[in-house]
Amino acid sequence: MKTTALNAQVLKADFPILQREMRGGKKLTYLDSGATSQKPLSVIDAQSNFYKTKNAAVHRGAHLLAEEADEAYEGARKIVADFLGAHVDEVIFTKSATESLNAIAYSFGNAEAGSKFALKKGDSIVVTEMEHHANLIPWQQLARRTGATLKWIPITDEGRLDYSILDGIIDSTTRVVAFTHQSNVLGTINDVSKLVEAAKKVSAITVLDACQSAPHFAIDVKKLGVDLLAFSGHKALGPTGIGILWGRSEILEEMEPFLFGGSMIETVTMTDATWARAPRKFEAGVPNMAGAVGLGAALEYLTSLGMENVHAWEMELTQYALDKISNMPGLKVIGPLDAVDRGAVISFTVEGIHPHDVGQVLDQHGIAVRTGHHCAWPLMKKFGIAGTTRASFYIYNTLEDIDNLVVGIKSAQEFFKVG
Amino acid sequence: MELNSLYQEVILDHYKRPHHKGLSELKDIQVHHVNPSCGDEVTLNLSISGGIVSDISWDGVGCSISQASTSIMTDLVLGQTVAHAYKILDNFSELMASKGTMVGDEALLDDAVALAGVSKFPARVKCALLGWMAFKDASVQAIDGSEKA
Ligand SMILES: Cc1ncc(COP(=O)(O)O)c(C=O)c1O
Repeated sequence: MKTTALNAQVLKADFPILQREMRGGKKLTYLDSGATSQKPLSVIDAQSNFYKTKNAAVHRGAHLLAEEADEAYEGARKIVADFLGAHVDEVIFTKSATESLNAIAYSFGNAEAGSKFALKKGDSIVVTEMEHHANLIPWQQLARRTGATLKWIPITDEGRLDYSILDGIIDSTTRVVAFTHQSNVLGTINDVSKLVEAAKKVSAITVLDACQSAPHFAIDVKKLGVDLLAFSGHKALGPTGIGILWGRSEILEEMEPFLFGGSMIETVTMTDATWARAPRKFEAGVPNMAGAVGLGAALEYLTSLGMENVHAWEMELTQYALDKISNMPGLKVIGPLDAVDRGAVISFTVEGIHPHDVGQVLDQHGIAVRTGHHCAWPLMKKFGIAGTTRASFYIYNTLEDIDNLVVGIKSAQEFFKVG
Repeated sequence: MELNSLYQEVILDHYKRPHHKGLSELKDIQVHHVNPSCGDEVTLNLSISGGIVSDISWDGVGCSISQASTSIMTDLVLGQTVAHAYKILDNFSELMASKGTMVGDEALLDDAVALAGVSKFPARVKCALLGWMAFKDASVQAIDGSEKA
């Protein structure tokens, strides 16, 4: 097997939590990075050093601390911009991808009638059947508030979008197309260019949920061609409580703010206010400065590894895991079986054992996986299952971690006398 | 091994051969409860006559703990006065909240003491309580309904 430039075993040492003991004195095998990634010491230190040495409210004070806090916060914004191939003013700090996606939907809801963001009866919003609740419910609600119709692109049994009927779904009524880059359940990577092309043909705005993609492979917003994009810091080695909303400058220029208050204004009287330009327009209040700095350190860590190396290693893990898991008796992978256009997330069912029980036995082996519906309930219904067990991989996972998983699954089958 | 304390034989037996599973025609009230964090579901049919649980049946999907616990609960409350059923329920809830410090009152809880180990796994407590909360809800609605009638 070819080896990539990334040595996961060595990287493990950068992550303090991976050294801890689990139930029964077992070593931790962390296979739940799709839910949240672990943090390298450099991120933990960056965040705590901000509090120790620079803490001050940004964009406000006239003192040295405020200057340094400003520099750190805006420096983090530049790191994010470089990471995405974006302009620095296009990067907005939010608290999470969930907030970013809601923010877009609320902003569209605030748009004046006739604006390109305003929706009305007869308009449609298109999502996909594999969306995380965070990129489904905000659109359901926006449709409800505006009278627009929510449509979705169905998926095939293999777990890929059914592009053959795209034309019937994205049509002249479509105003917004919101979709995930990579499914957090199936691992499927969607064909962004195909969807963007279909949306552009009808002048619809495109929103990309990059939660499961930006942390795992190189992203260039210009090449992707979407209008808006969201991801969470905590899935990309960064801290919780910090997320990104990226928007093309022309779009952000015209979009209405969704949170009002300090920092986001240009002028204020007792009866009226005008807005600062993006990104400030969308960052009301004292922001999560330490979180932004932590995310900056996380993206620097990833960049120093090289996103192409991150991706190559994850593909090696995925191929290895698919080979092992899909051949086990009683196991069914929910999602594409080939490592083409799919990421390092593998969902499966074990015949005769409920996912929660699989997870419990794995926990006894020190293996952390996610079980349940993964905030994609409609997708579970589509496959006629109550839930899955999901193993998701990241830079610090080794082939040995996957071997542990296989041993753990076998032991669950023995314990529950199935398979 | 901790797993054996969680999944006692009694639990696995109830899981594989659940009691009163399959909804009966008889019902004063039907409730549907879900555990939104994991998607487990239970539908429960309940009849109460003269202050006694006269019929109980259920259907659902879920993990071994939720299925076994619901099965055990139906055995315990069927034929009991509602007041006694609540005593069992309160006692069981207390056991589930005990974080492994209680063994459970076998005279009152019978097979349900086998679920004592669940209390050491906070994430599983809500699995064990799913059917019990459905019963509580159904009984309150049934009693409310009969008082209004
Ligand atoms: C595809 C996808 N979208 C959105 C989210 C929501 O992210 P967060 O909970 O960090 O806001 C997640 C996280 O699970 C996800 O996997």
